[in-house]
Formats: sequence, C-alpha cells, structure tokens
Amino acid sequence: MIAELGHFALALALALALAQGTLPLIGAQRGDGVWIALAKPLAQAQFLCIALAFAALTHAYVTSDFSLANVARNSHSAKPLIYKISGVWGNHEGSMLLWVLILALFGFLVAIAGRNLPPALGARVLAIQGLIGAGFLAFILFTSNPFERVFPVPVDGNGLNPILQDPGLAIHPPFLYLGYVGFSIAFAFAVAALIEGRVDPAWARWVRPWTLGAWCALTIGIALGSYWAYYELGWGGWWFWDPVENASFMPWLAGTALLHSAAVVEKREALKSWTILLAIIAFSLSLIGTFLVRSGVLTSVHAFATDPARGLFILMLLVAAIGGSLTLYAVRAPQLKLGGLFHPISREGGMVLNNLLLSTALATVFLGTLYPLFLDAVGGGKVSVGAPYFNATFVPIMVPLVAAMAVGPLLAWKRGDLAGALGRLKFAFAAAVAVTLTVFALTWGGPVLAPLAMGLAAWLFVATLADYAERIQLFRAPLGESLRRARNLPRASYGMTVAHAGMAVAIAGMVGASAWRVEVVQAARPGDVVEAAGFALRFDGVHQSKGPNYTLESGGFTVTRQGRFITRLEAERRFFTDPPQVTTEAAIRTTALGDLYVAIGEDTADQPGARTVRVWYNPLVVWIWVGCLIMAAGGLLSLTDRRLRVGAPSRRRAKLPAAGAGVRA
Amino acid sequence: MTRKRRRLYGVLLGLAALGAATAMALLAFQDNLVFFFSPSDLIAKPPSADRNLRLGGLVETDSVKKLPDGRTVEFRITDGPNTVAVHYAGILPDLFREGQGVVVEGRLVSGVFQAREVLAKHDETYMPREVADALKKSGHWQEGKKP
Repeated sequence: MIAELGHFALALALALALAQGTLPLIGAQRGDGVWIALAKPLAQAQFLCIALAFAALTHAYVTSDFSLANVARNSHSAKPLIYKISGVWGNHEGSMLLWVLILALFGFLVAIAGRNLPPALGARVLAIQGLIGAGFLAFILFTSNPFERVFPVPVDGNGLNPILQDPGLAIHPPFLYLGYVGFSIAFAFAVAALIEGRVDPAWARWVRPWTLGAWCALTIGIALGSYWAYYELGWGGWWFWDPVENASFMPWLAGTALLHSAAVVEKREALKSWTILLAIIAFSLSLIGTFLVRSGVLTSVHAFATDPARGLFILMLLVAAIGGSLTLYAVRAPQLKLGGLFHPISREGGMVLNNLLLSTALATVFLGTLYPLFLDAVGGGKVSVGAPYFNATFVPIMVPLVAAMAVGPLLAWKRGDLAGALGRLKFAFAAAVAVTLTVFALTWGGPVLAPLAMGLAAWLFVATLADYAERIQLFRAPLGESLRRARNLPRASYGMTVAHAGMAVAIAGMVGASAWRVEVVQAARPGDVVEAAGFALRFDGVHQSKGPNYTLESGGFTVTRQGRFITRLEAERRFFTDPPQVTTEAAIRTTALGDLYVAIGEDTADQPGARTVRVWYNPLVVWIWVGCLIMAAGGLLSLTDRRLRVGAPSRRRAKLPAAGAGVRA
Repeated sequence: MTRKRRRLYGVLLGLAALGAATAMALLAFQDNLVFFFSPSDLIAKPPSADRNLRLGGLVETDSVKKLPDGRTVEFRITDGPNTVAVHYAGILPDLFREGQGVVVEGRLVSGVFQAREVLAKHDETYMPREVADALKKSGHWQEGKKP
C-alpha cells in the first residue's frame, strides 16, 4: 500500500513538473502575474511529492518488502540497517529517484530562498528546473520504475553488491548528485537569462552561491569516490582515469571554470556570454555523466542498467536539453551587451587564462573518455584509452595553470602589474626552489620531474599565503592594522585563499603518491617477513571469523622499522553469500608522510599456508583527500560571504532609491 | 587596445591552446589507444609485439596454474574456437574465476599473452560488454543464459 502511494506520488510529481515547466514560462512571456506566481507553489509541491515517493521506497527497503522487484533484486533481510538505507540508491532505479529528489530539492530551495529574485526571472528559472525534472520523472516512470511489484514474492532478496556495502559508498552518491544536479540551477539561470536577453552583476550574484554549493559537494563526492576506490578495491591506486571517474571529473572542471568566470561577471560585467556558455556546458556534462554511467554503454561498477530503452531515453533527454540550450545560446548570445574592458595582464586576464586552460584540459578528458564510444558507434573497432593518454595530455595543461594560479590573485582588476606581482612572489619562488632541491636530494635516483612538481606545489602554496599577507598588509602595517584588515577581508577572499592552498596540498599528494610509490608482491608463509620501503612486515598467519552478513579471514602483520615495533595490521578478505562475492579489505596505516597498505590474496596452491601478500607504500597519498577537503572548505567559507547571502541584492536595492539612484542592483 | 583587437587576441590564444592540446592528444593517442581482441582475432591477425592490447574471453576451466613464487599465474583465455595462453605476475582480482569472463591488458610475445593488468570485475553476474560481443560473434553465447 505504501509502495502504491509512492508510485502515485511520483506520477503526481510528473504532472506537477509538467505544469511547472510550462505555465510560469508562458506567464513570464505574457507578463501574467498569476501564472508567474504559480512557479513557487508548484516547485514546492513537486518536491514534497518526490520526497514522499523516496520515503516510500526507503520504507520498503528498511522493512525488506520483497514484493517490490527493485527491493528483491538489490536488498537482503540480513543486511545491516545502514546498507538497507544506502541500498535505496545503490541501484539504477533508486539512484535515479535520488537524482530527481535532489533536483526537486534545489527547485524547492530556489522557491523559498529566492524571494528577492525578480518574479519573471524566478519563474523562468523554476520552469527550466521543472522541464528537466519532468524529463527525468518520465524516464523513471516509463523505463525504470522502482515501485514495480513482483509475483510470487521471493522469500529473500539478492542482496546489495558487497563492494558497495561500505560507509564511504553510502554517502558518496548523495554528494556526487548534489554536485551534478546543483549545476542545474546555474543552467536554469543561464537559460532564463538567455530568454530574457539580459545578464548583469546581480544575475551572477544569484548564480554564484548555487554554483559554489554544487562545486563543494562535487569536490567532496569525487574525493569520497577516490578514497573508496583506494581502500576498497585493494589495488592501492587513487585515480584510474576510468570513464566513470572522468564522468564526474568533467563537470568539476567546467564548474571550476564557471566559478571563476562568474566572479568576473559579478565584479566587472565582462565575460558574460562565455559564463552563460560555461553554465550550459557544466550541466550538460553532468547529464552526459549521468548518461555514461546509467545507460550501460560503459562497463563499470556503476553500470547497473543494460536495457537499451533506458540508454535511448537518456540520450533523447540529453539531445533535448543540450541541443535546446545551445540553440538558444546561438540565437540569443549575440544580443547580450558587452561588458567592461580589461587589459590582458589583469585579474580578468588571469581568469580568462584559467578558463582557457581548464576548458582545454576538459576537452582532452572529454576526447579520451568518449572516443572509444564514438569509434565503436561508427564501427571502427573496440578500443580503450588508458591512463597514459590522460597523463600525457592532462598533466602538461595543469602545469601552466598551477603556475599562473599563484600569480592571478595578486593582479589588480582591469589592469594589473605583472612585474610587481612577481616581485611580491620572491618568497614563493625561493620556497619553490628550496623544496625542489630538497626533494631532489632526498629522492636521489628517483623520477627527475617529480621534485619540480613538488616545487610547483610549494610555489602555489607559499604564493597563496603571500597573497593573503599582502591583502592584510602583514609586516608592512602595524600588527593591529593587519588584524583589522584580516577581520574586514570578505569571506569570499578567505575562501579563495583556503581553496587555492588546498589545491597545492592535493597536488603535493598526487605527485608524491604517483612518483615514489613502492609496490612489493610476494608469497609469504606465517613467520615470513616482507620488506617494503624500509618497513619489515612479519606475516603472523590467517584466522577466520564472522561479520554481520559475511565470514572473513584476516591476515595479521607485525610491522617494524629498524627493529622497532610500529604497528599491527589486519588485512581482510570478506566472503559474502548474498550475492556470493569476495571483497578485499586492505589494512592501511596512514601517516602524513605516507600510507603503508597491505592486501592479502588467496592461498597459493603449491605451498599450503602461503598467501600472496601485496604491500604498497604510498607517500603523501592522504594529502590528496585532505587537499580536496580543504578546497571544499574554502568553497563553503566563500559561501558564507555576506555578499552572497540571498538577501544581499535586495538590501542594496532598498538603499539605492534613498540615495537618489533608481537603478536595478 | 580596442575591443576587436582584444577579442582577436583572445580567439588566437584559445586556438593556440586548442591546437597544442590537439597535438598532444593525437600524439598520446598514437601510443595509448588500446584495441580489444578476442582469441580468434588474435590468431587471425596477430598484432606486432610492441603493441599494447586488450584480450577478452572466458577463463578456460582447469587452466589456471599458480607458480611457486606466489605471484605468477598462468591461464588460458578462450572464446570457444580459439584459445590463448596468458602469463601474469600479480594478484588476481577477487572475481577472477575459471569459466568467467575476463579482460586482460598487455602484449603478445611469441604466442603467449604477457598481461600487465587483469581487469577486475565488480559484479558477479556481470560480463564485460566486449567479451559478450566477442562470444556472440563466435557463437558461444546463449541469450539469457550466462556461460
């Protein structure tokens, strides 16, 4: 009964979304206040309906209602509660429901927070949201209905893929979707602006917080996914340039570019049509990511669906959304008024360079990810594009980006002083040289380029701090004056400093983990010692035990360095029965300097009791995720800026008439 | 600088970046495009030894041999009519099993496939798409029934 209620709520949500996607749009065109006013209540009602449907499905999972085909296929009564709940989005139908839930949530938030939006703009934004929602709700109802019943009712379910039964993976999809879907707001604003034919700084101020929020969530989502792949798959790597990883990375690149160009629109009214295009691209890439992951054209852990009807449906949605918005862009963009002029050497110029390099990097990732699909579609044979391609194209583009990233914030708007900026980066340059030489000496005989890359990370880090010191006039003005400036510096400025510093930390981690990784694979009997990166790991043998819904064998290791006891590690293999599958739980000792990572394999046949043991030492690897978290924290800090608070534009507007200027803020 | 000038420079800079990226991408493509072969393909038109490629099919039953060093494994991959021997040093993924689909990446050296990587499969019912297509081509695929 509850499931039918959920199904009905979902159908109702589709009807509401269709109304939300059409009526306010017509109303805004005609200037009909009543139809415009329909947008907000419709968006709120649509969200409530989808939330109801989602709650109904969650209820079915928690109570293990196997009369639902979806629950029977993907859940099991013996699963711990947290995985019953995360199982809701651990499958195709449920994850699409989560997708529309988050989409409707954003619409809901715009409806309740956007009181200061001009009514027509707000109505158009919500209408675009409604149209996207309608497309995906139709997709769910017609091709992937989670509320389908099954008869006869199975005694128990098939269970959730054990590899997904992990706390990291339970929260990875919601964060990723918050990011993916969050860009839909920027997209809706862009399309609405194109319909209106007007982009101004106020527009950018409305778009930026949503973009920033989405970007933070996506950053966290990608970091979680990468960390999960690192500890759960037992391969010791943190990024594989897998098409599914790229699918989430491409919107991130576009979103990062969008954040920066939207800042230019807000501050200087330049780059308007480019910013609109980026907003369209960022969400289009989110849609393409959804298509790649959900349609089954890729083979990966995420590819649940193999029903060709689904792929076709998403492809049609994709064509309608991307094709429609780009056509509108082509028609309307030339009419956008051009904005402020700037010299190439200026803050704006730096942002243009940032955008140029990010889009180029994006293009190479896009090519590498979609080329195999394209070649297969035209009958050119089956190929795959591996990590070496991405390392050879992506990394060289990132080097000038990071180098310039240190300088850009020091340049003034409109016309900057490059020599002056570089002069202020003396310390950063000295730090970069010092780090390069130190690392070179420490890793003598290792990869030659890696010390330079560490130097680059140091350059960015110290330059970011130097820029901050410059802003608060540290050591130049009396300390009290510096503190006063530090207090008055806008949060957005702090956000930028923190995010750029986080990037430097992440880069150092990526370089360390890629360049100086040590891998040892060997067979070991109990009592044998495996040596890796200065550690001695004594294999203490394997013992069996039982987990909540699996049995496990765990291999113990006593770790010593130069005879001194360091720690004990337990590497596990878990045997699940529903579905029958083995997962590897690596044992990891994390320190700031590096991770010691141990995984055990099966019995080796020829020597009873011996196990294949795989040991990695991944230097600095934890810096990658810490760096990502710092970046996301920077984004959140920036989000708390007074200027971006939703009320800010209206307050200014309220003040202006008093000052005798009736311009639109 | 006039607006037109500025735009021209912008466009030129963009084209230069795109051009450089294209050149890099093409160069990288040349070395890093990995083609997929089934055992029959591999025997019909053997590629040169320095070419990196992927081989997919079923792990032949009773063909997996673990060598005493604990890290080297030998097995055979079949698509029915043809079979290729594979040599791999490393830990096999959790879902590597005899009779199951598998994709390996590496080079063919004098008739033996030297695998650098055995691609892990995450799902027990899941068959790599390339392998399924190759099996369909060789007639060893029954719809609805996993081999």
